[in-house]
Amino acid sequence: MTFLRRLFLLLVGLATIASSPAADPADLPVLRWAADPDSNAPYTFYGPNNQLTGFEYEIIQALAKQMGRRPEFVQNDWDGLIPGLSRGLYEVVICGIEITPDKAGEVLFSRPYYVTFEQLTMAKGAPAITSLEELKGKSIGTLGQTAAMAMLEATPGIDVRTYAEEVNAYNDVANGRVAGVLLDFPIAKYYAGPNPNLEFTGPPFGQVTYGIALAKNNQALQTEINTALASIIASGEMRDILSRWGLWTPTMAKAFNQPEADSVPDTEYTAFVASTAGGASLLTRLTRYAGYWPLLTQAALLTLEVSILGMVLAVSLGFSLAIMRVYGPFPLRILATLYIEIIRGTPLLIQLLIIFYGLPNIGIKLSPFVAGVLGLGLNYAAYEAENYRAGLLAIPKGQMEAARALGLTHIQGLRHVVIPQSFRLVLPPVTNDFISLLKDSSLVSMVTLVDLTGAYNRIATQTFDYFGTGLLIAAIYLLIGLPFVRLARWTEERLAVDVRKPANKPGLFGRPKV
Amino acid sequence: MDEPTAPILEAEGIRKSFDENEILKGISLRVENGDLVSIIGPSGCGKSTFLRCLNFLEIPDAGRVSIAGITIDVGGVDDPFPPDTKVKAHALRQRVGMVFQGFNLFPHKTILENVMLAPTVVNGTSRDEARSVGLRTLEKVGLSALKDRYPGTLSGGQQQRAAIARALAMNPKVMLYDEPTSALDPELVDEVLKVMRDLDAEGMTQIVVTHEIRFARDASDYIVFMEGGHIVEISDEDEIFENPKDERTRRFLRRFI
Repeated sequence: MTFLRRLFLLLVGLATIASSPAADPADLPVLRWAADPDSNAPYTFYGPNNQLTGFEYEIIQALAKQMGRRPEFVQNDWDGLIPGLSRGLYEVVICGIEITPDKAGEVLFSRPYYVTFEQLTMAKGAPAITSLEELKGKSIGTLGQTAAMAMLEATPGIDVRTYAEEVNAYNDVANGRVAGVLLDFPIAKYYAGPNPNLEFTGPPFGQVTYGIALAKNNQALQTEINTALASIIASGEMRDILSRWGLWTPTMAKAFNQPEADSVPDTEYTAFVASTAGGASLLTRLTRYAGYWPLLTQAALLTLEVSILGMVLAVSLGFSLAIMRVYGPFPLRILATLYIEIIRGTPLLIQLLIIFYGLPNIGIKLSPFVAGVLGLGLNYAAYEAENYRAGLLAIPKGQMEAARALGLTHIQGLRHVVIPQSFRLVLPPVTNDFISLLKDSSLVSMVTLVDLTGAYNRIATQTFDYFGTGLLIAAIYLLIGLPFVRLARWTEERLAVDVRKPANKPGLFGRPKV
Repeated sequence: MDEPTAPILEAEGIRKSFDENEILKGISLRVENGDLVSIIGPSGCGKSTFLRCLNFLEIPDAGRVSIAGITIDVGGVDDPFPPDTKVKAHALRQRVGMVFQGFNLFPHKTILENVMLAPTVVNGTSRDEARSVGLRTLEKVGLSALKDRYPGTLSGGQQQRAAIARALAMNPKVMLYDEPTSALDPELVDEVLKVMRDLDAEGMTQIVVTHEIRFARDASDYIVFMEGGHIVEISDEDEIFENPKDERTRRFLRRFI
């Protein structure tokens, strides 16, 4: 899995290096920093206008300014953040990484830039809790590989449920699937705080310190970062940032030895809550969705691109497979049959995961886009092959006989007589398959592509509006699929009247005038 | 049959089996240039298979076929299937036109396109030339007005005439007909037979497997009677009806006369 990510990041890195213009502000040395911005408020995440934001985002901007560097963002999945450091894909990672002895062995850490604790959240009205031991026998949710998880697992008798997305964990408390969720305070504040069905309970558990991670041998940069950090803490800029994000806590005041009160109003927090308020009026919601317009357009285009290229691959490969299976010599016939049966007998998702995450192990590294197109195309090729085979076999033997009796060779007969007819026969099922493929293309979101389903994940985890976002994305799928539904019906009608006069064939937008 | 011309078609000792079942048991036939020969006989006697062996749509197990200068020998003791058989068969088929019981027109092409296909694809004739040849051929079978129609929109008789035109466009030396009127409504049979008579008048060599006894009798130069994989009797058309030599021929014809 990391091979591919490495390649992807390398390409991103190369692309950014190659595209750096050699002029003015770009003359500054680059500070390449990484985070996982998906479902990651309030650290670094995509705001409603699809621009990066977050308190860590602001900290890194301030640091870079202080260091006289130009910050350059590299996106990576959470699991790949640390490995990317040692491979030199970026210089620093700032993503709520807890300074632990384990991790300190792998990477260098800056001095802490944020100190916080684990916050327990339960359904409103649940009995108060004073220690983790009281949670014995209950199901408690958290995120995998976090300090909170370690804490829960160290307490006997707790049924620990790990989630990939914090939103889902908190939703499950509201839905009664788990009794509570234990997570870092900033996450709790942003994801559970605004939810009227949830409440914070119990004391602050443990202590969590976040540090900026650097490659193990990068002491020089570590010193540079620490100096810059000290300077923005001393100047009060750090307190301003954290206050704006509503994260300036007594713990922080003590850690930095500064006053407890916010230095500025918590405008960013308020804006976030407003942008995600569940009870927002329809108009507010629509406006919010309108803000996602660029993301949605991009995502819809990507869905169409992946689907169309996938179908082109499926149709051409499927056609070759069908010819091999129907007319090929024995070994080719067996090969084609094996391919079709294996592909049709295994899930598309597994095939896609093997192509994207598995193939790098044998040295084949594909970009997410290529992997997506390949996965869909190779899979649907098996189905298209069967369509074509049925089409080829449906052409009466007399057609080929007539062609050969006229002096055509077997190949010429296929080319001019059999294949054109079978093509017309398979047009309706092939068009129908394209509509299926368009919907199955949602699986490419599993290989990090932000298609419509990827956009759904991003928007839903930012707005908490799973229902509205789901409907919106479904509507877009429906909308871009409609022309093809129409096309499928048209091909069927056209085929059905094939024996009539040419003038009676229906147009694309209407039935024939009889 | 009277003038001593060289035969345009000669078949010798044609044998063909399907799964142990011997359909043709060594058939020989000579056809002179310009003859119209009818092959009649009960169902399953092998007459259609014989016709298909003549242009190698079925490859005989043994025997020799010689048409318009091309000779193919198969089933010899030394070399039962010479490597050039397929090439020769392909060349031979270009000189032989064939018309099927079910027409077998190409439904995705218009009548004119059906007629133009083989000349353009096989002979490399330019589309313009193939078109003018096609139009001429369609006129010959009386279908000029329907040239842009698709086969599915035509009557059976029109389709069969189009199929004849399609074969004629390749300028064949011999025409083979496999029960050309069996799939037609009775009132459509004559328009097809008329085309064949016209071709006969022009001197085309034609071999017709048919159940149209009246046509066989009236139009053929002579009639071949087959039964059980053998040619039982070859006879002048009047002779075979008035005075069949073979008992089996007599039995068969009794049902028609």
